[in-house]
Amino acid sequence: MPLTRRDFLKISSAAVGATALASGLTSKIWGLDGDPVANPGTDGDTVVPTLCELCFWKCGVLAHVKHGHVTKIVGNPAHPLSLGHLCPRGTGGVGLLYDPDRLKKPLIRRGPRGSQHFEEVSWDEALDFTAKKLLEIKEKHGPEAVALFSHGFGGSFFKHLLNAYGSDNVGAPSYAQCRGGREVGFQLTFGAPVGSPETIDLENSRVITLIGSHLGENMHNTQVQEFATAISRGAQLVVVDPRFSTAAGKAKYWLPIKPGTDIALLLAWMHVIVQEKLYDRDYLEQYATGLEELTAYLLDKTPEWAAVETGIAPELIVETGRFIAGARPASLIHPGRHTAWYGDDAQRARAMAMLNALVGSYGRRGGFYLPTKLGVPKYPGVPAYAHKPKPAPDKPKGVAYPFADETLAHGLRDASFPGTAAYDIKGWIVYGTNLMQALPEPRKTIAAMEHLDFILAIDVLPAEITGYADVVFPEATYLERWDDVAVTPYKEPYIAIRQPVVAPMFDSKPGSWIAKELAKRMNLAEFFPWEDAGAMVKKRLEAGGFDVAKLKKVGVHVAPHKPVFIEEGLEPAFPTPSKKIELWSKQLADAGLDPLPKYTPPEEPPAGQFRLLMGRTPTHTFGRTTNNRFLSEVFSENELWLNAAIAQERGLQNGERVWLVNQDGAKSGPVRLKATQRIRTDCVFLVHGYGHKSNGLRFAKGRGADDAALMTRVRIDPLMGGTGMNVNFVQIEKVTA
Amino acid sequence: MSSKRYVMVVDTRLCVGCKACVLACKSENNVPDGYCRDWIVEDIFGIFPNLRAEIRSERCNHCSGAPCVDACPTGASHVSEGGVVLVSHHKCTGCKACIAACPYDARYVHPDGYVDKCTFCLHRVQRGELPACVGICPTRTLHFGDANDPSSEVAQLLRTRRAKVNHPETGAEPNVFFLT
Repeated sequence: MPLTRRDFLKISSAAVGATALASGLTSKIWGLDGDPVANPGTDGDTVVPTLCELCFWKCGVLAHVKHGHVTKIVGNPAHPLSLGHLCPRGTGGVGLLYDPDRLKKPLIRRGPRGSQHFEEVSWDEALDFTAKKLLEIKEKHGPEAVALFSHGFGGSFFKHLLNAYGSDNVGAPSYAQCRGGREVGFQLTFGAPVGSPETIDLENSRVITLIGSHLGENMHNTQVQEFATAISRGAQLVVVDPRFSTAAGKAKYWLPIKPGTDIALLLAWMHVIVQEKLYDRDYLEQYATGLEELTAYLLDKTPEWAAVETGIAPELIVETGRFIAGARPASLIHPGRHTAWYGDDAQRARAMAMLNALVGSYGRRGGFYLPTKLGVPKYPGVPAYAHKPKPAPDKPKGVAYPFADETLAHGLRDASFPGTAAYDIKGWIVYGTNLMQALPEPRKTIAAMEHLDFILAIDVLPAEITGYADVVFPEATYLERWDDVAVTPYKEPYIAIRQPVVAPMFDSKPGSWIAKELAKRMNLAEFFPWEDAGAMVKKRLEAGGFDVAKLKKVGVHVAPHKPVFIEEGLEPAFPTPSKKIELWSKQLADAGLDPLPKYTPPEEPPAGQFRLLMGRTPTHTFGRTTNNRFLSEVFSENELWLNAAIAQERGLQNGERVWLVNQDGAKSGPVRLKATQRIRTDCVFLVHGYGHKSNGLRFAKGRGADDAALMTRVRIDPLMGGTGMNVNFVQIEKVTA
Repeated sequence: MSSKRYVMVVDTRLCVGCKACVLACKSENNVPDGYCRDWIVEDIFGIFPNLRAEIRSERCNHCSGAPCVDACPTGASHVSEGGVVLVSHHKCTGCKACIAACPYDARYVHPDGYVDKCTFCLHRVQRGELPACVGICPTRTLHFGDANDPSSEVAQLLRTRRAKVNHPETGAEPNVFFLT
């Protein structure tokens, strides 16, 4: 046996071992080192289960607390959405809790709007002043003149407050600026929106089609877990994306589509599937209407036609269409999430819904489940809202979006311009959403605020919007507060709780406390009969017969499984007017809209300009987390993705900083250039949520570029009023010294 | 020598490069700001639109023939239970010989003056838990266990799947395997 150098060392050291046992030389080789394995000591004295709020998925987490300090956050194995695993943001809750830039005291503005000049005041002074201003607006203009912009679970207390006050004008940018078009498209087709979590059974899919979803970069924990499970079980991917996304890197087929032409591809796929009768005939006969009209409509939507529009070869369209149908019914066309792109987004979602219907995936394993949920009784004895509010003025005068089923956040903003809508909005309450980045056309947002009598912002961090508020309330983070019981429609029926892990830092307070204190000062105390949110949650749980002590210990209660698939004996209900899946939509026809999705070619970027696309990185949730120093250890600023050949042509170096200037002269940056093979030549890509301007965000300020600042125009969806934002073009300017 | 051989098996087909592993490690091990014990490498091959990607979660390879241990003049770098390569902080003088010897750039000088790196979370493994990175991983890309136990998940993966290591040419016999 040949003797290696290492073996020789072992032997020789063994020989001297008797005398040199304690020396490093011996111990390093024999592993006899007496040193204990260093324990970093991050295990908590106590471990508290709660719900994450780094994004809006509400994963169950376990927070380790040692000497009153949160040392680490891990997944809660008992929680159906995390199953013990977390995305990077979940771990990063510590970086939010201990962010040195947190809002610490109530603030009243002393300079002009936007000057970020504030005075720290007591809670009493800030609450009294806010209540006075809100009551003034109510008296002068009626309660509906106050709008609430809200994002996040804690917003429920302010919605309740606003309803009690007499207004139902609650707008979340997560609708018209995000998933609204998708919800409407699916609602029209199947009678139900997709919801959140999306009602998809990714883990059992055999073919997953991502068209407008970059799952894996878009890091919804459960979905990414199931996505990986599906791949490990042999599922194949069809990824349609102008960018070679992470998912594209795992796909059997990557179709680098020309942006804005998805509907053409979806129609051509349906053409192939219908022409070749690859659809699920029994399923459609039983559950759907309108196949005849669809078949006729698709006759000229050939792969050859779509190829010209999409830039994808007709043979590849045929091949992928067959491939998608071949795996039915466990063939999932992912509905996507952020879909406010081109103004025909509800119709695009319709086309995706219809394709799912053709392969019979809705209600089937590996496709869409029909969710179940547990009921938790309301808090007893809360009076009914006394005032029936006027409908929201969230559309311009004379305009209707017949299928909008939530209030349009940008519409409430626009109603702040006097005389433009059914009535004027005079006051804003902004909870947990940075309207300067969450809404397009930020200059319009600033102009709208000029007309307001009062703005209240409730936030954890000094996001840009807080700089425009008259009063800013520092909210406790999710780790420092109770919120309401989380009742989530899902594959398994369950409820979960968010409970405080540590006491609120600084002078911050839970949103539930703030809402109650405001209610007291506006003669609305009877609507908040509970001592605090913890007592409210306890009473609701007790009323529902849940074991409160166990829930506090485990964080979640999962009820026995109920059928959610046709395969499990579920009889699917389609709550459309016809009680069937509506391929051809009478609802749309009756409203004078296209009953079948119509393809409209997108406007071409002018020479020298690129279509601006935006998306996500796994590490961050919009601008909410970009000041989180812990998360930023692995992603500290966004980059402008530009095709490497174009970069070379223009003499732009990978890594150099550039300005972005859009078609209207709006400018953002400087941002680092990522010259890459991974994107088409006609578009550029940014991760959303960067380019902060708020002085208070001392880490994030000035990092990267702000896509929202470059979205100075939008195309409105005629079905539901969503703001299509991928209609902006940018040119790239070198940074001159 | 212990009969265990701890290895990590990384399924590159599943990894989305989210860096949950990096942050979970930092948080578990109190890794100082600006440093990390594991990291993500995204390799892109080809020219648009003919592209291929490989994403790897990388860390110390706990090599069976660890060059860092051989290079260490004080015995701080040593082989511990299951072949895990550790650094005894109090024996380390921060001379960086190990950093020069490591083919994987897996080590750094801790601000407190000693050399630091991945420990396979041996403090957790010893009480029957998985390393923090493995525990958090939402895609179950990471697998950890005893390769000398034929019934272990890692042994089975290495038997049934195509695996590679980084820089096999160094002869260091790394114990982090990448499934492709």
